[in-house]
Amino acid sequence: MKIIVAIKQVPERDAQVRINAAGKWIEETDLQWAMNESDAYALEEALQLKEKGGGEVVVVSAGPERVGSTIREALAKGADRAIHIDCDDLAQRDALSVARLLAEAIKPESPDLVLTGLQSDDLGYGQTGVILAALLELPHASLLLHVEQTSTGLHVKRELEEGWFQNIELPTPAVLTIQSGGSKLRYATLMGIKRAKTKEVRRVTPAELGVPPSAVVVLDRIAQPQKQKSTQILPGSPKEAAAALVEKLKFEVRVL
Amino acid sequence: MTGVWIVLEQREGSIGRISWEALAAGQQLAAQLNLTANAVLIGSQTESLAAEVAARASGKVVRVEHPLLAAYTADGFSLALEQFFRADAPDYVVFPHTYQVRDYAPALAARLGQVLIGDVTGIGEGPVFTRQLLQGRLNGSYRHPGSGPCFISVQSGAFRAEPVAPDAAEVSVFTPVLDAAQIRTKPGTPFRDSAQTVDLGSASLIVSVGRGIKDAENLPLVQDLATALGAELAASRPICDNGWLPMERQVGSSGQTVSPKLYVAVGISGAIQHLVGMKGSQCVVAINKDPDAPIFEVADYGIVGDLFDVVPALTEAVKAAKQ
Ligand SMILES: Cc1cc2nc3c(=O)[nH]c(=O)nc-3n(C[C@H](O)[C@H](O)[C@H](O)COP(=O)(O)OP(=O)(O)OC[C@H]3O[C@@H](n4cnc5c(N)ncnc54)[C@H](O)[C@@H]3O)c2cc1C
Ligand SMILES: Cc1cc2nc3c(=O)[nH]c(=O)nc-3n(C[C@H](O)[C@H](O)[C@H](O)COP(=O)(O)OP(=O)(O)OC[C@H]3O[C@@H](n4cnc5c(N)ncnc54)[C@H](O)[C@@H]3O)c2cc1C
Repeated sequence: MKIIVAIKQVPERDAQVRINAAGKWIEETDLQWAMNESDAYALEEALQLKEKGGGEVVVVSAGPERVGSTIREALAKGADRAIHIDCDDLAQRDALSVARLLAEAIKPESPDLVLTGLQSDDLGYGQTGVILAALLELPHASLLLHVEQTSTGLHVKRELEEGWFQNIELPTPAVLTIQSGGSKLRYATLMGIKRAKTKEVRRVTPAELGVPPSAVVVLDRIAQPQKQKSTQILPGSPKEAAAALVEKLKFEVRVL
Repeated sequence: MTGVWIVLEQREGSIGRISWEALAAGQQLAAQLNLTANAVLIGSQTESLAAEVAARASGKVVRVEHPLLAAYTADGFSLALEQFFRADAPDYVVFPHTYQVRDYAPALAARLGQVLIGDVTGIGEGPVFTRQLLQGRLNGSYRHPGSGPCFISVQSGAFRAEPVAPDAAEVSVFTPVLDAAQIRTKPGTPFRDSAQTVDLGSASLIVSVGRGIKDAENLPLVQDLATALGAELAASRPICDNGWLPMERQVGSSGQTVSPKLYVAVGISGAIQHLVGMKGSQCVVAINKDPDAPIFEVADYGIVGDLFDVVPALTEAVKAAKQ
């Protein structure tokens, strides 16, 4: 199968985030970046499908210059080649506009399967994959933990709420959004990192794809959430804080 | 058909709490904008449910009915609702933010050239819709300046499920034109994995560990604290995703729901999917090095610090107190 994996670069999980001067987004200058978590699982699923059934894994990522490092990481883990949609106009795009970019880059590839993460760790719309399916006019299934190729298409395991699951059959080509935890993530090997340097990364621009920025919904302002509950912070050294907490647990919560 | 339309979700013949919350949110929005609030039920045999909805709604209640909608499919639901909303465009469409809605509403909105504002936690003047960013570390305010219907979905627990103006609504039926060939996926019956051997739901003390623990090797640190307290050990999703603890110890929207007397969250950031599983706890203690971590928004007591220093100190203090 020819499998496309859409990968988004997001701020590193533990990165300190600061609201920018305009109050519209976070300060990006000193941020560390990483591969979105569920996208790493989508990539893993794609690599395993290729190992079982052969084919090709192509990574696509939209973003400025910096996403190159995340693309290299995916190539080092085993993706065959990549398409970098080189753009710094993402802040003027909503999820539909980003999905249009991805759709136009993917169409000429005529893949059997398109995998995306289920949700980004930063904006967290959880929509891009499903919109992509609508734009490509392909069937889709979302929140998947497991994908299997069958003689007639695909057999997938979908997560539902509260520990329930559901199996779904669907034909290829299809778009699937992958949930975290379905398989164990691999690390890039030294050999993989070396090989990645020689793999093809094709750059395209939004203009070449014919998708100018647009937005029907707009993120106006961002802010620190207001606390709903007044947390009593126990100060002091770890030892002092621990002692203070034990007092609370003993005399107020009464669990000791 | 202008107005606010709330799409309710049914599961096994009943309407869940989150759908009633969505109804209330839609009714609030309608009141704010001086629009009518109407409800939509989608399925194949929704007559009795529609009567239940009509008793709690004002405006209209429409049953979008077709035999091909008996089982949920993304294709069936988005095609049917696309036809319904194309017939006469609504101003706003409100959904509960469920797994099912996540699966089809973005495609439905896209077919109509729109984008869903998902997982909304608040609706302000304008209207401006608030949703969380960066896993709850920040809030974002969204507007829909464009023309055409504005689609939103509301987060579980964010709105109180009280109808604003119950007023026996009239019920009608809309029959979409659907063909079996348009439904490309074949859904199986929902199931649960192997029987659970740990019942966190009835535990009275829980120590729960998150990604702050960094490595499986460090788990004994938290296990020791749990043992000292006589508590069950639980975890956030990434710990179970990594296979460091079995999935049955996962707390949250895709894991177990717990309501112990004491819940100690160690190195857990407090993403909404985790919070929904533990916010019924009587007392929440959070240990986290980040003073702005969202877990502190629900904690009664907090210790800001490195868990690798705080947890051993706490274990010792608990042991000493129990002697
Ligand atoms: C102020 C501001 C700043 C923004 N900064 C960025 C930015 O730095 N990077 C960015 O991508 N967008 C950015 N956007 C654009 C945009 O609104 C969202 O990224 C886009 O709508 C996707 O939504 P999401 O990130 O919530 O993805 P979701 O819908 O949650 O993503 C689901 C999946 O879609 C795929 N996907 C999403 N985005 C991409 C992508 N760019 N390339 C490849 N695959 C992707 C991934 O597989 C991901 O797991 C910004 C928007 C605003 C308003
Ligand atoms: C559909 C869906 C369903 C989901 N279901 C669930 C679910 O059921 N349960 C669940 O938990 N999650 C669920 N998630 C995932 C959820 O969104 C979060 O990603 C997850 O809860 C984060 O886990 P965490 O807090 O352990 O990790 P992180 O968010 O990475 O947080 C780690 C925390 O540890 C702190 N930390 C780091 N080092 C230290 C140190 N040395 N000392 C002290 N503190 C430290 C950091 O400050 C941070 O706050 C779901 C997501 C989706 C999209």
